[in-house]
Amino acid sequence: MNKTEYQKLVKTLSPKEPKFRNAIMAFLIGGLIGFIGEVIVNILMESFGLARVDSYAWLSFILILFATFMTALGKFDNWVTKAKCGLIIPTTGFAHSVQSAALDYKKDGLVTGIGANIFKLAGSVILYGILSAFFLCVLKVVLYG
Amino acid sequence: MASLKFNNIYLKDWFTIAGPLESNSRLKEIDLKMDDYYYGEKTFEKAEVKMQRVVVERILEKNHLSNNDIDILVGGDLLDQITATNYAAIDIPISFLGIYSACATFPESLIISSAFLNDKGMKKALSVTSSHNLGAERQFRYPIEYGAPRPHTATFTSTASISTIIGEGEGKIKIESATIGKVTEMGITDANNMGAVMAPAAARTLYEHLNDLKRNLDYYDLILTGDLGCVGSDIFKEYALKKYNLKIKNHLDAGCELYLKSQETYAGGSGPACLPLVLFNKIIPLSKYKKILIIGTGALHSKTFVNQKSPIPAIAHAVSLEVL
Repeated sequence: MNKTEYQKLVKTLSPKEPKFRNAIMAFLIGGLIGFIGEVIVNILMESFGLARVDSYAWLSFILILFATFMTALGKFDNWVTKAKCGLIIPTTGFAHSVQSAALDYKKDGLVTGIGANIFKLAGSVILYGILSAFFLCVLKVVLYG
Repeated sequence: MASLKFNNIYLKDWFTIAGPLESNSRLKEIDLKMDDYYYGEKTFEKAEVKMQRVVVERILEKNHLSNNDIDILVGGDLLDQITATNYAAIDIPISFLGIYSACATFPESLIISSAFLNDKGMKKALSVTSSHNLGAERQFRYPIEYGAPRPHTATFTSTASISTIIGEGEGKIKIESATIGKVTEMGITDANNMGAVMAPAAARTLYEHLNDLKRNLDYYDLILTGDLGCVGSDIFKEYALKKYNLKIKNHLDAGCELYLKSQETYAGGSGPACLPLVLFNKIIPLSKYKKILIIGTGALHSKTFVNQKSPIPAIAHAVSLEVL
């Protein structure tokens, strides 16, 4: 049995991930967060008289605070295991990845631990987020002036 | 020839400490249970060091032995540079050999100890191994609180430490023979499917063991692999049949036998502690099997090489035990 045949054997004997179920779950949970966000934005606009742009900033702040707080309480990782990408893709996931890394490396020192590792997971998001924003801006300028 | 026969070498005694999840799993007789992952220390790594120190101290105490009665300490763990064992050995004044073959560390320590006792005139050896789920998660995977979703092929590093005394003359279990495995790599790059990485190594060692010692599968009441997990066990049996024409019926996998289904560990347990934990706290107390072949399976996993897209190599060592 050569390596290719073995990899085929492994593929047939390894359980398949329920991708469709995961996708539905992520869609529902992610959508729910979007819905809650919209409700919060409306409350901020109606009750606190904030402009729409300002309420979006406040909304990010509220969601991030909630997610990091829940990570610190040790709840968020259990939710992520169940809800998967539904919680990872929104801003809650970004906050959670930074907070969990900070908690993890706290014991390894302020500089060598937290400082060096806090963006261990979020670093890629920041780097490629900024890069793609830059290229999209260039594209916009080239196409529309 | 990679197989050795031993004369008059016995496993005298063992001592186990198990983590919170393992204490409530399918195991029977655990000497010491941990209530939490810190075990009174500030970090998980320090907790693992303490676990090793405690099992060594307690086994000596239980057998009324002092450090001077032990000729050599052989052990290892999963942390980088086998840190847990190295640091535990600071407080254990016994000549020390640190070893690493990932989750095949336990059988490797038995083989080295038995060989020293058999040929070098030593009288007693002490073997120690451990793994800590959160220490391993931190090192090999993601920050602990991240809770990254895992596929169903993934195994769960068990939290436990086990020490054993190996000596000459009458004991509870005879170490009869052993086969030193060869590093095997079948092109698997998926670090979430370690069962698939290790299964070919286990089958190869089993085949060479039977071949070297002119035995067939019926000779053993049980073939106990280390931590292939439930998925890896199926692959192991299928591969052994197709490649070596071995029809394995009397097989159990320690990883697959460790946790309850409700504990949601997916494909089962893993880690250097997994095999001795299940052997001493589940299989031996059953008193059902006399001749047991343990095959420790180690994925020689390196984060660097996985990131560089290299396949993961594996090793498996086999030790034939006779329960008296």
